[in-house]
Amino acid sequence: MIRYIRRAAAFCLLLLVALLVNAARIQLFEADELDANPANRRTTIDRYDQPRGNILVGDESVTGSRDTGEQLAYERTYTHGPLYAPVTGYASQTYGTTLIENAEDDILSGSDPLLAPLPLWNDITRGRQPGGHVVTTIKDSMQRAAYDGLGGRRGAVAALEPSTGKILALVSTPSYDPERLSGTGSAVTDAWTRLTTSKSQPMLNRAIRQTYPPGSTFKIVTAAAALDSGVVDDPDEATDTPSPYVLPGTTTVLPNEASGCGKASLSEAIRVSCNTVMAYLGVEVGLEGMVEAAGRFGFNDTGLKIPSGVAKSNFDTEMSDDQLAQSSIGQFDTTATPLQMAMVASAVANGGDLRYPHLVDRTTTHDGDPVQQRGSRSYHQAMNPATAMRLQRMMVDVVENGTGTNAAIDGVTVGGKTGTAQHGIDNSGTPYAWFISWAQEENSGRPAVAVAVVVEDAAANRADISGGGSAAPIARAVMRAALDD
Amino acid sequence: MTATRADAPPPELRLPKRRGVELCLLIGAVLISVCGYADVGLARNGAVPPDVAGYGAGLGLLALVAHLAVRFRAPYADPLLLPIAVLLNGLGLVLIYRLDLETPKDQAAPTQLIWSTLGVALFITVVVLLRDHRVLQRYAYLSVAAALVLMIVPIFFPAVNGAKIWIRVGGFSFQPGEFAKILLAVFFAAYLAANRNALAYTGRTLWKLQLPTGRVLGPIVAIWVLSVGVLVLERDLGTSLLFFGLFVIMLYVATGRTGWIAVGMVLAAVGAFVVGSFEPHVHSRVEDWLDPFASIDAGQGPSQLAQSLFAFAAGGMLGTGLGLGHSILIGFAAKSDFILATAGEELGLSGLTAVFLLYALLVARGYRAGLALRDPFGRLLSIGLASILALQVFVIAGGVMGLIPLTGMAMPFLAQGGSSVVTNWIIVALLIRVSDVARTPHPDHADTGVIAPVLEDES
Repeated sequence: MIRYIRRAAAFCLLLLVALLVNAARIQLFEADELDANPANRRTTIDRYDQPRGNILVGDESVTGSRDTGEQLAYERTYTHGPLYAPVTGYASQTYGTTLIENAEDDILSGSDPLLAPLPLWNDITRGRQPGGHVVTTIKDSMQRAAYDGLGGRRGAVAALEPSTGKILALVSTPSYDPERLSGTGSAVTDAWTRLTTSKSQPMLNRAIRQTYPPGSTFKIVTAAAALDSGVVDDPDEATDTPSPYVLPGTTTVLPNEASGCGKASLSEAIRVSCNTVMAYLGVEVGLEGMVEAAGRFGFNDTGLKIPSGVAKSNFDTEMSDDQLAQSSIGQFDTTATPLQMAMVASAVANGGDLRYPHLVDRTTTHDGDPVQQRGSRSYHQAMNPATAMRLQRMMVDVVENGTGTNAAIDGVTVGGKTGTAQHGIDNSGTPYAWFISWAQEENSGRPAVAVAVVVEDAAANRADISGGGSAAPIARAVMRAALDD
Repeated sequence: MTATRADAPPPELRLPKRRGVELCLLIGAVLISVCGYADVGLARNGAVPPDVAGYGAGLGLLALVAHLAVRFRAPYADPLLLPIAVLLNGLGLVLIYRLDLETPKDQAAPTQLIWSTLGVALFITVVVLLRDHRVLQRYAYLSVAAALVLMIVPIFFPAVNGAKIWIRVGGFSFQPGEFAKILLAVFFAAYLAANRNALAYTGRTLWKLQLPTGRVLGPIVAIWVLSVGVLVLERDLGTSLLFFGLFVIMLYVATGRTGWIAVGMVLAAVGAFVVGSFEPHVHSRVEDWLDPFASIDAGQGPSQLAQSLFAFAAGGMLGTGLGLGHSILIGFAAKSDFILATAGEELGLSGLTAVFLLYALLVARGYRAGLALRDPFGRLLSIGLASILALQVFVIAGGVMGLIPLTGMAMPFLAQGGSSVVTNWIIVALLIRVSDVARTPHPDHADTGVIAPVLEDES
């Protein structure tokens, strides 16, 4: 009997060992899979169980958290919702996150292992740290200048620090208050429905997610390509552009908005914005050269992240010469985000060295200890330094004597380029007024700021002057804010 | 196997009583429970609950009274049994109190405390009144009759959650089937002790299997089939599984015949397969066990088992900490059948291991008492009682962890369920009694059933 008792005891022990092994299987080996199951609400509950970290502009926080006492306790608040919506995005219990709220979610929600006091700490405790903070590169005064400048019109502004790639302003109007989407319930779903169905598309981040035909502002890219490839040696020398210019292989005559464009030099063509000269030069450079040049500025890059993804700015890689001619003056299929055009101005201002644009300067723990510093890094050498010098001179000429006089600032070197883009069937859409520019203080070795402004402006006519009329003053205000420290 | 010599200690060896050890362990058990209670309050409200002293005093008082009963009435009893029971019960109260925080309209902890008090009172009653476990042998047939009555009665009461195992009297509901476990264990032990040799050695041989005679095997199989059948009728699958396991273990220990126990197992497996395939209620449990996430894929949200697995997974190694998990997502049975998921989530694998080890110790101590006893009835009774605990733990823990199909059953001492707590306290009381008899240095009662040495040399 003793022997049987021992065996029965061994059997009971086996049962308990089986339970232990099974517990280990579920709690250690299958845990991650179970945690990640979409039907498991724990991740969601835990995530909102503590205040979310904040997004900072300078040293001021533009976000907050509010304890609602519901199952998903903490909801996101925004101090200047509409102003910073294109930067922060929203963090909604119902609709998830976008932009920085999305890209830096691990830091903000406290799940990033970098926040933990020791490596693997979070894995062992399966917990999360208090939410860390994200410090942006935005400069509040510039953001406000851009927002006020647009004044509710549809449009966008992107401003960069050319020497570092820091994004100093990122504005899209009309905007929305992301706080409306915080939380759950009918108020949130109603707000969502209203915002997503609104004709003015307030939730569209026009600065990085919308592409527009860049119009004449693209001529800077074409000029850089012409100079770099040797198609133009001396920008002040007359080109042999036929006038009127008939698009190659067609009978279509390309019109000029400006006068005095026949055989005009490159400098002159940029100053008064001649379509014919730039189209001709684009064809002279050739498709391959133009695609490469545009690519060096960031066109056709699908992987640009600031850290949120930026919509691809397009320059077609396969087209006939007449299409290439149109593309070279920012028409046809050429499209660009405002950020892309700010990068173009930035590359010129920084001697051809285009820095990678970034919106997050650094991340910190909840207590403000540094976690990660996002430094400046090179993106492309967009053009030869010599070419950049020549383009700087031409762009300054535009502001001093050309179409961009509205952007001039006393005692500061400002270079710019205007543009107007028609769109829609038979150009029935509201034209876009463009202005890209950069500014450098006289005694400074580095450019202070590069800006791109696009305004959907009904008052714009086909003359490029309108780019200078409605967009340039906004650019000027933003540049002023950048220079006023 | 030299166990025969080891378990017959020389009479001059004075065994220590170990009551002081028991007292220290009890203090530890009460302190751990009180700390857990305080921890819930700290985690939830940042402050120790105001009634923590009352809780501690209450649990301490229960433990102390139980300890005194053991000290004076069962001085040689195993010192581990009572502290483990107190600790598990205290931990159960903490877990239920913690889950009550999520359901303000449905407070279960106070009721559970009343039942626990009743359980301890019955524990004391048994320890004080039952001077010798062999008295129970006389009541074998009475207890089996009582067991059957207890099991049949709920059929006349309305079903709760698909199982007809409840009797409702006033505000209290009661599961008589819980008591039947003990009564059946007593009956099996008595019957098998009396008919051991007949079962093992008589009967015709079929191929290589020696079948016992129908006259001896008949009654016990009839009782067993009857009880399992009734439980299947009542949809109380967990308990029927438990009775089956109990029957097999006790039969094996009594006779040592593996052959036809294996046959029994095969028959049971076939029966289980048939029932699992055709009985809709059981079939759905089996389906859920095979694929706990089917309901999620079907877009109906997670099933209770899936929620339970989520809870265990969320615990990981160290757990979320008491009061900080979300096991309430499991829903309506979170405090009863699924209480282990809360332990798994909030105490983690480390805490769960501790809980399992406590059960393992309890079971091991029961077996140990059985080994040390000299009478077959006592042996079989203690093994039966220990096996009941082990099987209960396995059936419900395995169910909520997806190891076996889920059957309703209460985790001993931990789960909400008055009948279960009371029953388990009585089981511990009986184990205290048999272990006291086993460890008493004066075997003044003559051996009624000397172990047949022939058995030891067999097979």
